[in-house]
Amino acid sequence: MSILVDGSTRVLVQGITGREGSFHTAQMRLFGTNVVAGVTPGKGGGEHEGVPLFDSVAQAVAKTGANASAIFVPPPFAADAIMESVAAGVPLVSCITEGIPILDMVRVARYMKGSDTRLIGPNCPGITTPGGKCKIGIMPNMLFSVGNVGLISRSGTLTYEVVDALTRAGLGQTTCIGIGGDPIIGTKHVDALRLFEKDPETRVTVMIGEIGGSDEEAAAEFLGGSKMKVVGFISGRNAPPGKRMGHAGAIISGSTGTAAGKIAALEKAGVPVAGTLEEIIPLVKQQLAE
Amino acid sequence: MKLYEYQAKEVFASYSLPVPRGRAAETEDEVEGVAREIGGRVVIKAQVHVGGRGKAGGVKLADTPQAAREIGKQMLGMSLKGFIVKRVLVEQALPIEKEYYLSFTLDRDAQQIIGICSAMGGVDIEEVAESHPDKIMRMPVDIAFGPLDFQVRDFIAAAGLEASKSREIAGVIKKLYEVYVSTDASLAEVNPLVVTADGQVVVADAKFDIDDNALFRQKKLEVYKDASEEDELEAEAHRRGLTYVHLGGAIGMIGNGAGLCMNTLDIINQAGGKPANFLDIGGGARADVVRNALDMVLLDPAVKAILVNIFGGITRGDEVAKGILEATSTLDVGVPIIVRMAGTEADAGLKLLEGSKLIPAATAPEAARKAVELARAA
Repeated sequence: MSILVDGSTRVLVQGITGREGSFHTAQMRLFGTNVVAGVTPGKGGGEHEGVPLFDSVAQAVAKTGANASAIFVPPPFAADAIMESVAAGVPLVSCITEGIPILDMVRVARYMKGSDTRLIGPNCPGITTPGGKCKIGIMPNMLFSVGNVGLISRSGTLTYEVVDALTRAGLGQTTCIGIGGDPIIGTKHVDALRLFEKDPETRVTVMIGEIGGSDEEAAAEFLGGSKMKVVGFISGRNAPPGKRMGHAGAIISGSTGTAAGKIAALEKAGVPVAGTLEEIIPLVKQQLAE
Repeated sequence: MKLYEYQAKEVFASYSLPVPRGRAAETEDEVEGVAREIGGRVVIKAQVHVGGRGKAGGVKLADTPQAAREIGKQMLGMSLKGFIVKRVLVEQALPIEKEYYLSFTLDRDAQQIIGICSAMGGVDIEEVAESHPDKIMRMPVDIAFGPLDFQVRDFIAAAGLEASKSREIAGVIKKLYEVYVSTDASLAEVNPLVVTADGQVVVADAKFDIDDNALFRQKKLEVYKDASEEDELEAEAHRRGLTYVHLGGAIGMIGNGAGLCMNTLDIINQAGGKPANFLDIGGGARADVVRNALDMVLLDPAVKAILVNIFGGITRGDEVAKGILEATSTLDVGVPIIVRMAGTEADAGLKLLEGSKLIPAATAPEAARKAVELARAA
């Protein structure tokens, strides 16, 4: 089992003819992802590396039955790409694009009110289910193995580090989801946790948070009332307040968003929090043994 | 991008928000000139990005142009909480009757814009939030409609702002929202919003932050980009297009990915060191990017050792190693460089580094320990 994506997922790629979209479509297919369509306005009717092209998401969905979208569209046009997929009723949209203006995402959030579409990201590495052979996004193919650990992360590279460490330790994964480093994202920690909670195959979930916002605190509140097994990790313990640390969402404002506050909230909810990345593996093993 | 008060007021004025008459000055001559132009009592305000300027001596009144000149002389070049004052804002002094707080910002949790106001203005809003949370009013704004008239009326009434001035205040609220949305701001704050003895509603002080992601479509604000940089090294990094934050320690840090970089700073601290900077070279870094990054870190004279932390995903370790070798062969590197590499083709990358001056490390904590040791020995 897994969450959100599996072997039945039919993926369309928005921005498939761009440099990133083109490269990562090839990588996704190598992983085993069923990429059924590409969308680039003005290039409909053609093909891109064997994938049929469409002018619009609606056309692609009608012709191919695509039920998930991967967005590799440049920042100025990415919000529109998300809303196009929402309008076409695509159930799952994963937006990889980094650098979307925040107000564009406020508009997207408004547009999505009442919609059934789930958005992952933006500014995220996407979602991967190794057992179902479905990868949407940019996670490196060779890191994964099949198993019982779920992973949620705001950071791309830390996702890779932890998946790599898990695989080396013989701990395979159900699904790994990169939720994104922006201040406004479609799927927050707590949303992903709820999905893993319902997945019978996922026995332990690793949750990688970072400074900025209060999504980890919200997750802690949820976990306080849940029986699911989670190992936490928070990066940015030494980040200065008021500075944007790479991710647009990684900024401490006043007294909110600090690593200390997030760690305290998780620990209060009974979630073990690793002090270093290296400590994550033994904590996962401990949780599995309990 | 954080704008200075004088820049914020220039932008606010262009949206017809009521700001006091005044201008920025960089020399005592200019201070005297602007004071003469304005006439009467003026206020001279240091233009630095720190809170509590008044208490630190960064806000002073002058009754004559000569007195303004004297104050300008003292203030320009002085250090205010560690920041050198390069500019002051000289403007008409206001006969203050009431001071309010007003802002628009992003409510991350609700994923919408929120207006905040309070009758307790002129002090740090975070302090008010602590001591008098009931005195802070919030107005969630639907971006499809903007603040609605009835919302604004309720907002003003609930906060207990001067009822006889509610129309003028409502005008300020609506215009401030317009500025916020049109300029892609992440914060537009007026503190205090003043009601003067003669009944004027005036933006007396302003904080204004613009979303960096939106600068590509805010061409008008580009003129403020360079002048808004407080830190010389950060200004240089931004000119080079690098994601860099100056942190002041001795260990230079280069990594790929924001999360990995933040975590590397934590590891350096855990090893007993202090990072000199945050520098994220992002995914798929090529030799020229690595070179640019190394060169940037070396500009900081406090750097005694450099830690390069790379996790190869799509990026291959051997390619990164080639980039580092190429960069170090053309740059004059006087400090040790410790490289931790893992992930795709990491072994091949580390093999390439054998025989070079670069110091390999198997794990990030080990790399940090080495960097801290070598920086201490330097």
